[in-house]
Formats: sequence, C-alpha cells, structure tokens
Amino acid sequence: MAIISTVSLARTFRTKSGTVQAVRGIDLTVREGEIVGLLGPNGAGKTTTLRMLTTLLAPTGGAATVAGHDLVKDPASVRRACGYVAQSGGVDPQLTVREELVTQGRMYRLGRARAAERARELAHELDLTDLLDRPCAALSGGRRRRLDIAMALLHEPRLLFLDEPTTGLDPAGRTALWDLVRRLRDDHGTTVVLTTHYLDEADALCDRLVVVDGGTVVAEGTPAALKLRYAGSADASLQDAFLALTGRSAAPADPAPVAV
Amino acid sequence: MLLHDTALIYGRCLRQSLRSRFALLFGLLMPMLYLLFFGPLLTGLPLGGRGSSWQVLVPGLLLQLGLFGASFAGFAIIIEKGHGVVDRMRVTPVSRLALLLGRVLRDATVFVFQAVLLVLAAVAMGLRAPLAGVLIGFVFVALLTVSLAALSYALAMRMGTPQGFGPAINALTMPSMLLSGLMLPMTLGPAWLDALSHLMPLRYLVDAVRDAYVGAYATGHMLLGSLVATGFALLAVTVGTRVFRTAGA
Repeated sequence: MAIISTVSLARTFRTKSGTVQAVRGIDLTVREGEIVGLLGPNGAGKTTTLRMLTTLLAPTGGAATVAGHDLVKDPASVRRACGYVAQSGGVDPQLTVREELVTQGRMYRLGRARAAERARELAHELDLTDLLDRPCAALSGGRRRRLDIAMALLHEPRLLFLDEPTTGLDPAGRTALWDLVRRLRDDHGTTVVLTTHYLDEADALCDRLVVVDGGTVVAEGTPAALKLRYAGSADASLQDAFLALTGRSAAPADPAPVAV
Repeated sequence: MLLHDTALIYGRCLRQSLRSRFALLFGLLMPMLYLLFFGPLLTGLPLGGRGSSWQVLVPGLLLQLGLFGASFAGFAIIIEKGHGVVDRMRVTPVSRLALLLGRVLRDATVFVFQAVLLVLAAVAMGLRAPLAGVLIGFVFVALLTVSLAALSYALAMRMGTPQGFGPAINALTMPSMLLSGLMLPMTLGPAWLDALSHLMPLRYLVDAVRDAYVGAYATGHMLLGSLVATGFALLAVTVGTRVFRTAGA
C-alpha cells in the first residue's frame, strides 16, 4: 500500500536571471511502514521535494498523493496526516519546551487537556521530561533535535518527514536518533522519509534509498542492491555506489540547480 | 476554527511579548520624547484648530506610535523564519489567516496599551480632551497598527533579510510621518504641500483623531478617516493573508 506516490513532481523557481528547475520531475513511491532515505549531492532537490510533499511549496508540475490525499487539491488533509522536521528545527528559544509542545498540539487541533497529555507522553518517550519547563534555548544539540521531532509527533502522524535529522549531532546523539526512528516505525507503524548526507546512516537506518541528482531520481533500491549494481559488489561501500551514480569526480554535464 | 486558531496564535505571541518588558515599552520612547521636549514648544503658537496645542499634538503622537511601531513588526517574523518557526506552523492544519491575525492582534494590543500610557503622560503635561474622543483615538491606533503590521509581515515574508527590510521600512515611514501632518497640521503649510499630503492615507486618520480630541464626532474628517482606516485594514489583511498562504521560497 503506497503512502506516497508522485508522478513527475516538479518545481521551477523564477529568479532575476531566468528560471531555475530545482526539481525537474520526481517519480517516487513509498510504501506504508517503510523508512526511506533520500540521498543526493547538495542542490539535488531533496529539500525542495520534501517542502512540496509537506505542502510548504506548491509544485509547478506533476501530481502527488500523500497519505491518501491529493497534494494540490487537498493540502489540509495532507497536513493532518504528516509531520515534518525541517533542517533548522523550529522552536522559539525563549519559550519553554512544554509551552511549545502544547501550542503545537493545539495547532494540530488537539483539545487543551489532550495536548498537555501528549506533551507529557512525548517528553517521557523522548527523554525530555526533566526539561519540560526549561526554555528551548537551554537544550543541547541532541535534545534540541529530539524536541524538534517531538513537535512533529503530537498528532500521531502516519507519515514523518525528516530533513537531515542528524546533521551536527555527536555519535551518541546520532545513534539515539536512529533508535528513535526505528522505534517510531516498529511501535507505531510510522512511515519515515528522511534526507541525509551520511552514507553510513543511510546504510544502517533505511530500508530503501532513493538517489536524487539534478532534480530527478537517478537510482533507487535497498542499500545492498545499490552497492551491487553501481559499485560492483555487495561488499563495496555505499560511498563508492554514490560517487559512481552522481559522478562528482568529473565536472557535471550541466549546471546543478540552486538549492532553495 | 479561525477563531480557535487566531486565539491560539494570539496567546503565543502575547506571551512572547510579555516576556520582554523592554520590548513592551521601547516603542513609547520616541513619542514620549516628543511629548516632553516638543509639546511645550507649541503651547503658545497659533495652530489654527480648536482646542489647545495638546489636542493637536497628542493625536499625531498616538498615530506616530502606531506608524513607527507597527511598520517594524516584520522584524520579528524574519527572526522567527530564521528559527524555522513559521514553516513549522505552516505544516500544521492551522488557518493561514490566523497565523497573520494572531500576530497583528497582538501588535494592536501592545500599541493600544502604549497609547494609553502616552495619553496618561499627556494628561499630566496638560492635555484635556473628552473621554469619548480619547477612546475613538485608541480605535484608530488599533486599526492603523493592524494595517501596518499586516503589511509589514507581508513585506518581511517576501524580503526575508533584515538588511533589506530595515531600509525599506525607513524609506516608507519617514515620508509618511512628514506628509501626514503628524507633528503639525498640514493646513499650516503652503497649498501644494497640503494637496500632496492628501495622497497619504495616514493624513485622514490624523484629521479624524484631531476632531475626536476636540469632541467633534459628526464631521466629514471623521467619516473619511473611518472609511480610510477600515478600508486600509481590510486591504492590508487581505494582502498579508495571500502572502502567508503562498509564501514558499
């Protein structure tokens, strides 16, 4: 059962120097309960794709169904079903952890009592209980990231998008975050789509990888299948497969789109 | 749902404002200085209108407070955008109009509160005006701050950087202040300047509040001022909502 399916999803930006095709046409299918990694060089169109799938950015071409709803015709239903954590997170450093969680729950239309209960549940589950009444600015990098994710989980979404969730975390923080993502899928059946530049992360965490380059999907499959196919051996590193695919050792044939 | 969402965003924004006493009062600095050091210069001058010089100056200072305060409201959203707060809210089902209304209503609350303090200080300096007129003045401050804050948020969402936003707002607010007769009635000036100032929407609000402060409520100035203030607020909120709905890159 596909929870995401897109056909030639595209986004063009108009700039002073002409039009930039950030995403040329993405065909993507994600099945319910999968952990899918989007890989690709900087500027490949990963973030733009996530911003389209989460209704932040209207596509300029193609079509998509997300969690059973048409992305363009029914964005409100898509929003109710999804959670999204941007690269920059998104909490006010001055406000307390509890206040941000409860307000976010209320924006997802939970009642006052239910929002407060969910804030406590998530704080417990993500090991933030002792910090509930501290300002968000007081949190360390790893805890901040767990709070960012908690903010996307208040309404128990079926589908979670994470944009570079472990960038800037220390090894222990990354491992804790991987465990969290696996637990979300195993305990709650949440489908997770994440972007990453860490190939070891993609290898260890994701069921399936989608490699994006120049605004289109250039390869997809399990980590093992990609290694076998593009680096010649299942024992090769994902790095070799990635470089073979995106050909970054030689000059690119056409200018890479600007990341937006 | 719009009411629920607006109340939610309003509450969050108001708590943010209450956290900073400094920000809550800082907007008062400039009009308060004018009141203390410019107001006394006018008491003996023939300003042409009915009533005392305070009944001419204080309405101008109230709208100056709204003009300079609300026009810069957009800075807050540039910072929130940088923290990712705006996008984090835009991925929830929360009403796009509420994201704007909650903010501009917070601004209206803060600036009306400051306006009350300014009027109290003016009374201490010698202002005497009918209560109904003073209350009408607060309504105009509220309408002006709603309009300007909505446009300021819209511009800030589009521009995205404080480096571009600050100078743009300065370039817009200074002529607005000079051409609307905030400090002194434009009728004192030459005919060409008076005519030019009628192109500035703020002029009509100033004239209306000056009438209110001398107890003249059923006047052409009041009618025109009310229409311009209401129309401007509706237009500004419409523009702002469009930007909040479509803001992508």
